[in-house]
Amino acid sequence: MLLFTLKRLLSLGLSLIAASVAIFFVVEIIPGDPARLMLGINATQDAVDALRTQMGLDQGLLARYWLWASGLLRGDFGISYTYRVPVAEMVQGRVWVSLPLALYALLLSTAIAFPIGILAAAKRGSWADWLVMGGTQLGVAIPNFWFAMIMVSILAIKFRLFSAGGFPGWEAPLAALKALTLPAVVLALPQASILARVMRSSLLDTLSEDFMRTARAKGRTARGAMVHHALRNAMIPVLTIIGLQFSFLLAGAIIIEKIFFLPGLGSMIFTAITQRDLIVVESVVMLLVFAVILVTFLVDITYALVDPRLRRRA
Amino acid sequence: MKRAFKMPGFSIGFILAFTFVAAALVSFVWTPFGTSGVDIVNKLHTPDATNWFGTDHLGRDIFSMIMVGARTSIAVAIVAVGIGVLLGVPLGLAAAARKGSLLDEVIMRGNDLIFAFPALLIAILITAVFGPSAINAIIAIGIFNIPVFARLTRGGALSLWTRDFVLAARVAGKSRLRISFEHILPNITNLLIVQGTIQFSLGILAEAALSYIGLGAQPPIPSWGRMLADSQTMVSFAPHLALFPGLAIVLTVLGLNLMGDALRDLFDPKLRRDRQ
Amino acid sequence: MSLLSINGLKLSIGAAEILHDVSLSVDAGQITAVIGESGSGKSMTAYCVNQLLPRGARTKGKVQFNGQDMLALDEATLCQMRGKDIGMVFQEPMTALNPVQTIGAQVAETVLIHGAASKPEALKIARETLNRVGLPEDEFPLSRYPHELSGGQRQRVVIAMAIALRPQLLIADEPTTALDVTTQAQIMDLLKRLVQEDGMGLLLISHDLGVVADVADHIVIMQKGKVVEQGATAHIFQHMLHPYTKALFEASSHKPDRAAKPEDTLILEVRNLIRDYPLPRTSLFGPAPKFRAVNGVSFTLKKGESLGLVGESGCGKSTLTRAILGLEAIQGGSISINGQEVKAGHTVPRQLRRNMQVVFQDPYGSFNPRHKVARLVSEPFHLLDTPPKGAARKAAISEALEAVGMHSEDADKYIHEFSGGQRQRIAIARALIIKPELIILDEAVSALDVSIRAQILDLLAELSDRLSLSYLFISHDLSVVRAITDRVMVMKSGEIVEEGATETIFQTPQHDYTRALLAAAPSLEDLMQ
Repeated sequence: MLLFTLKRLLSLGLSLIAASVAIFFVVEIIPGDPARLMLGINATQDAVDALRTQMGLDQGLLARYWLWASGLLRGDFGISYTYRVPVAEMVQGRVWVSLPLALYALLLSTAIAFPIGILAAAKRGSWADWLVMGGTQLGVAIPNFWFAMIMVSILAIKFRLFSAGGFPGWEAPLAALKALTLPAVVLALPQASILARVMRSSLLDTLSEDFMRTARAKGRTARGAMVHHALRNAMIPVLTIIGLQFSFLLAGAIIIEKIFFLPGLGSMIFTAITQRDLIVVESVVMLLVFAVILVTFLVDITYALVDPRLRRRA
Repeated sequence: MKRAFKMPGFSIGFILAFTFVAAALVSFVWTPFGTSGVDIVNKLHTPDATNWFGTDHLGRDIFSMIMVGARTSIAVAIVAVGIGVLLGVPLGLAAAARKGSLLDEVIMRGNDLIFAFPALLIAILITAVFGPSAINAIIAIGIFNIPVFARLTRGGALSLWTRDFVLAARVAGKSRLRISFEHILPNITNLLIVQGTIQFSLGILAEAALSYIGLGAQPPIPSWGRMLADSQTMVSFAPHLALFPGLAIVLTVLGLNLMGDALRDLFDPKLRRDRQ
Repeated sequence: MSLLSINGLKLSIGAAEILHDVSLSVDAGQITAVIGESGSGKSMTAYCVNQLLPRGARTKGKVQFNGQDMLALDEATLCQMRGKDIGMVFQEPMTALNPVQTIGAQVAETVLIHGAASKPEALKIARETLNRVGLPEDEFPLSRYPHELSGGQRQRVVIAMAIALRPQLLIADEPTTALDVTTQAQIMDLLKRLVQEDGMGLLLISHDLGVVADVADHIVIMQKGKVVEQGATAHIFQHMLHPYTKALFEASSHKPDRAAKPEDTLILEVRNLIRDYPLPRTSLFGPAPKFRAVNGVSFTLKKGESLGLVGESGCGKSTLTRAILGLEAIQGGSISINGQEVKAGHTVPRQLRRNMQVVFQDPYGSFNPRHKVARLVSEPFHLLDTPPKGAARKAAISEALEAVGMHSEDADKYIHEFSGGQRQRIAIARALIIKPELIILDEAVSALDVSIRAQILDLLAELSDRLSLSYLFISHDLSVVRAITDRVMVMKSGEIVEEGATETIFQTPQHDYTRALLAAAPSLEDLMQ
């Protein structure tokens, strides 16, 4: 197990390095001259030169990359061009909106998906199964921003159950949670649909495995066999999906944050892009990618904990 | 193929998807009204006999806009899937043919790298750096499709490489390249078709999302996502503006997913045995 | 009164009628074997006893166990009886165990399900049962996982789970089919011992008469869902009444006629062949570890001769085959084909590979399902410098198909239209088409039913006589090897431990391993005496 973990950690490190190079490449190299991109076509050459010096663009590529990467490791995310404030400070406040939102949505998604997925598999072919399959088909097809618009217009505007947007800050925790609820529900819906389907199909596959027949031959009832044997084995592929979902939620949150006026990382990136603040874009994208890679790492470790067959190989 | 139509899911899905594809194609020749002109006098009509889906805030006929918008969604999604298949499948075949080699490692790591980026983020990054347009949206969505097909192809191919008929081909002296195309590829087309339909539907959703935040096809090219964005401020008093583009997206995606699911069931060898 | 008595059992699943009027019985302390080929309904009969039938199954008749009619009981009662009064062992040990639970937990589960003991006591019983089935504590602690065990060991765990509560009846559905010859014999001995120790009845399902004849008290022979003959074992062997029984016995010990004698020219000569596999790294430093799959193997093969290669799984015979066929490079020694030598570090080149072809084991996996028979059969043409085209090609395909007893019209069909035996014929046609001198048959008849197997062996013998073909016949099935080879080699752990004329080896084996193999696989002829 230890060897496995170490190998995975190595993989994590390598992925981070590769990702940082890719991001650096896209943001600083491809546009040609990032300073000009940021200032726009009408900027004077002097202004562009000044920004170039300020950003350190006159140095070599490797030096610049090293500067940026080592800064990231120290927690120095650079200084936002638009706001002249350290990016790290900007990020801090926003993380506490995006992260809870993603986790909230993940929780809702699993809480909805597991029971209905298991029910559909256990009662395959019944009306419950058809209902779940139909419902999830619909859930997957509905764009979450459209769903958000509908929810806001019905629940917030018409019935005044929730506010239409905004975030009051964590000083009032209940109000904060309430503000995050509608966005979390909107995010969770398509994810729950996908997860329910994966749960169902994974469980159906497991139920047809030979060891289930062995369990019945020992005297397990159908339900007993399901609970003691099928569920744990069926969870294994579902875990990967949950990990992937986290990545999706972080990204999907970008649009939802915009709709609900939530001051999270997503809207920060978005504003930064429209303002051409590439420094912010670079570092925040790196942060999000780091979160995804970290979650993948944790999923891999959990995988090995749940399935002993994986522990020997690495 | 005939067997597919006997499955109700497939038929319904096909009808739904085909309706919008047909609408897109027909729109090249005819739409009830033009979509470029502005007709403020007739703005915000609710659906009636002349404007079946009503008019928007600029007086444009929504039905026509849906038809033309279908072009954008479908074109972007198809080309993006095409990129994914044309680049991803050969990569997957190569990785499987030389499993465990450096090439395999490089391809797998490359896949993992792209997967580490949340899909929408790649799209936003690209359109931010290169400017928003339909082409950049295609590239962005296409980039994400490449590792999807590469991974799928590699997985399917690997399980085929251990089969005896591949061994027979090797005994007959055929090269790995030749075997990949003669034996492996024809036997994974089913997997690719199913995944292709799913990626197509995902592509439509992605295009809608990008257009919604303004990073997809730019005006005057109509797109469903932008229609939704435009409608946002007026949804309380003109809900039909948001209803129809949203429904168009939902129904097209639903149709494609139904087709994909039905095809998956059709091709599944386990289910095939039960049917016999 | 019998422990288990089945009377007039009829079974249909969906629209298909599976069993017609099946009657048999099992007594306490006795073993009843049900023999039949695939499709005979033997497994379904077993599943009718503990009612683990698939959806849509309908039964009629009587299945009396201990006075109770199993067909009339409700699911709750059946659940109580399964595992406690009736145990079951399945065919595939590799998938019969839950991969994420320890073996201790799985054996203890049988006890805990029936509330027969507390958790610590259940684990004690699990430990005792595992010891009973031949898995002692020092090597097999309760914390072992299934993937850490071999096939034979896993089957012992499955048996342990089935007998943990000392049931009155044990049902074993082809328990040794997926195992090696020596392991088969060990598992059969284990089952026999358990029956004697516990006085339980054993309903044993198999397709292999040889395996079962040694242990069974009664034999029931089934064909197409009906019982065609049954009786005490000795009685059946001496007085076979039904023609199907006779055919089955005949096919099991079938020996095709071979007239031609091998010539003197050497087709194949292998000298001190060494083949290593790189293993995955266990540490970051030092060279990667290697596994020596073939360790200095030498043998010769003459024109027209049939050489057998016998060994259990993992002995290296597949690796040896692949090296000879030119699919893998050799690390030491040499291979000479028709006098031309291939040295270490090289693979057998194309010109030499033309002289050899191969027939594989699985008739269902050895053909690309998307190609027509004509394309499948002509694939070896790729080895020729100038493969025939057009009419010549069609003629070659027809010739190959007719030579194996198929028709030239079959060239236009798809492979899924043919049965297992027919597919193997087509596989032989594929091997013949470029007129090689040597055909390697890698377990080529192992997956076939006994009656089909006899036909294919006849075909192979006739082809060898007519075309002066040499065979390298690889099999784990000793009776098949005995029937068709002139000489035989026994392989173990990458080395040839014994070699000689077939009859000599079978009658007077010298090496311990050969003796063990022969003892594990009794021939029916010996049993009948």
